[in-house]
Amino acid sequence: MSTTTTSGPGSTSGPGTEPESGSGSGRGAAARRGPGRAREARRAGKQGLWGWVFVSPMVLVLGLFLALPVGMALWVSLLNWDGQSNPFSGAADFVGLDNYRHLFADGGLTRTLFMTSLRNNLYYVLLVVPLQTVLALGLALAVNRRRLRGKGVFRTAFYFPSVTSSIAVSTVFLFLFQSSGAVNGLLKWVGLQGPSWFTDARGLVWVVLGWFGLVDPGSPPAALAGHGVLGLSWWEWLSGPSVAMCTIIFLVVWTTSGTFMLMFLAALQDIPEAQLESARIDGAGRWQTLRHVILPALRPVLFLVLTLGLIGTWQVFDQVYVMSQGQPANTTLTPAFLSYSLSFKDAQYGTGAAISFVLLAIILLMTGVQRLALRERDGRRRLRRGRSAR
Amino acid sequence: MRRTTLPLAVCGLSLSLLATACSSGFDKSEGPAQDSSGKQQLKMLIATSGNAETSAVKAAAAAWAKATGNSVTVDIAQNIDQQLGQSFAGSNPPDVFYTSADQFSTYAKGGSLYAYGGKLKDRDAYSPALTRAFTYDDTLYCAPKDQSTLGLAVNTALWKKAGLTDADHPKTWDDLEAVAKKLTKDGVTGLSVNADYNQLGAFFKQSGSWLTSPDQKKMTAGDKANVAALTYVKKLLTEGVLKFPKDLDSGWGGEAFGKGKAAMTIEGNWLAGAMRKDFPDTAYKVVPLPAGPGGKGTMAFTNCWGIAAKSKHQAAAVDLVSELTSDGNQLKFAKTVGVMPSKKTLLETYKQQNPDSAAWADGTAAAQLPVNAPGMRQVMAQFNTSLAQLASSDPAKLLADLQKNGESVLGGSGR
Repeated sequence: MSTTTTSGPGSTSGPGTEPESGSGSGRGAAARRGPGRAREARRAGKQGLWGWVFVSPMVLVLGLFLALPVGMALWVSLLNWDGQSNPFSGAADFVGLDNYRHLFADGGLTRTLFMTSLRNNLYYVLLVVPLQTVLALGLALAVNRRRLRGKGVFRTAFYFPSVTSSIAVSTVFLFLFQSSGAVNGLLKWVGLQGPSWFTDARGLVWVVLGWFGLVDPGSPPAALAGHGVLGLSWWEWLSGPSVAMCTIIFLVVWTTSGTFMLMFLAALQDIPEAQLESARIDGAGRWQTLRHVILPALRPVLFLVLTLGLIGTWQVFDQVYVMSQGQPANTTLTPAFLSYSLSFKDAQYGTGAAISFVLLAIILLMTGVQRLALRERDGRRRLRRGRSAR
Repeated sequence: MRRTTLPLAVCGLSLSLLATACSSGFDKSEGPAQDSSGKQQLKMLIATSGNAETSAVKAAAAAWAKATGNSVTVDIAQNIDQQLGQSFAGSNPPDVFYTSADQFSTYAKGGSLYAYGGKLKDRDAYSPALTRAFTYDDTLYCAPKDQSTLGLAVNTALWKKAGLTDADHPKTWDDLEAVAKKLTKDGVTGLSVNADYNQLGAFFKQSGSWLTSPDQKKMTAGDKANVAALTYVKKLLTEGVLKFPKDLDSGWGGEAFGKGKAAMTIEGNWLAGAMRKDFPDTAYKVVPLPAGPGGKGTMAFTNCWGIAAKSKHQAAAVDLVSELTSDGNQLKFAKTVGVMPSKKTLLETYKQQNPDSAAWADGTAAAQLPVNAPGMRQVMAQFNTSLAQLASSDPAKLLADLQKNGESVLGGSGR
């Protein structure tokens, strides 16, 4: 990337690379001093050792409860293990990457289910992450206004869903979205016939296109339904989230936006009043202030919210477990739920573990892409600003 | 880099020490040393249908403990498949536990069950269909706990309101369609059945076929008779006289039936307990399922008393199970829990004691057990998923998919 060279070392190191660059500059400092270098290094080494001694309780705890189980799960994902023996004793067959191959290459039921779950979750992420981020930002801006009365009440009300147990919220939504429930009652009131939410497996894309008479959701065209890739037809790939999945999307957007609102709110209150005021004096309108002053100041928090959102949405489990168990027609099946049911219901722990590692790879990849996207724009702006200054 | 090597090595070493300490917890031994003391402490894990069942099992276990000088702790599982899976993996399973028919083959194949069938004195008293369900590699592993079959439950008030009499109880598929049509009016649906092959499977049996061969080595889902059965079910759905419970805002057939949203449902013995508990005011009657072109047919369900291969108290556990499956206890459980005795010798007595459940007891003669070959759960779950979309799909296609998915499990590597 040519942009990084002009923007200097400081801006290239994101949160993840900071410790590394820190130790790098430390080493550089030791090298520059020359004569006292060896003594300095020895002292630094001793200090480092003591440092490790001090953090060792935490390292042990983290290692025991995080690193070790992850390593064990990785090992299990390479086994054909039925969960009824010790996976580390050699009783279970080592099958190498077979479990991963079942997920991607072999045209069986497992692959179809896995691909279906990936499709569902992808549409879920594509809708939930932007919606919850925008909603959270909107709420934060709303409750941050100085002239708003009863701020505390609103902040509590918006944050409330986040502190409520997801199981309880899911159960309430089950009742709200029954075919004769409150939501359909409201829709009826304005003259709309609501769907029977939890049994409606139609894809949203086809439903909406159906409204305009472009496709008939009941009879997919042969060009799309007849061909496909990875065990699903194009009709299924392109269907979008099902109506049933939409209820889970509503629910999650509603519950998580409160948490993210809190993060945005904290960041908003960190923006110096002088900065906003000078923008106002420069004649910036409300929209311009938001676009050119507030949003750039919120970028680190935006990154945090998007990253947490991505991670959380790819791992969605409890709502699915409570509300739909993957039904109808597997349109609310997610990789996390599939991993659970393959492991505990079908005793295919190896495949279940493999799914969770594929999920990990997806999350890492998407977070990386998102980080790159946010950083690159940052670099370009600095570049432009640098040029105009020259 | 150098200065971090030593501490890292120390950390790594201690981690691996911890790891070995952990894995010593998984004790891998073929036959665990048996406890032969007079006072043995047994652990039992059950999945209960409610307070009645919990207290009945606890009372029976306590009586045995008192008579033998041992002690039994009865634990209630929230999710027994998951809890058993965890305990097997951790090599610390309960001594005695409920084993569902669909998990049985997985456990037997994995070597988690102690095969005590040969030690049962009254093994010939059990219904052969049930012992077959718990036989793996020609060995009877465990004693069937009880059984349930499906019957047709009719709401007597709605039945009368539709101008029907006892003589109208359906005998054939056409009868069933006719009465369902008559009952469907004023916001009531004639029939509501779970979109589940455990219930709808009865129609395959009545059609004269079944989804697999009797030994579960071959799939026969694509049979013409099966297609005919599913086409019949789809016809009821399109006519609107059959609705799945979810379309009636209910979790299962019994709920739609109890709320009076459906006038008939196809459910098993557990319906009696649920009706008593949740819908005591709904008057109903259970009659035999209609016969199809292939004769009579229903589904049967059973559990067994599993004993862990890794239990240290196997002899005592077998003794406990013998007591729990004694004639007296089976009839007592039948009375309090609502299930039927697993011994065919007790069915007549059961019918006398529970005349309302006679239709269920009579069903045992033509009952089909669900598919339970290893690895088939996922395939059947997928079939259930597709059954929920039956109204908008082609029955032959659903069964062809099932045939294909099933063949890859039964004919292949079993994964």
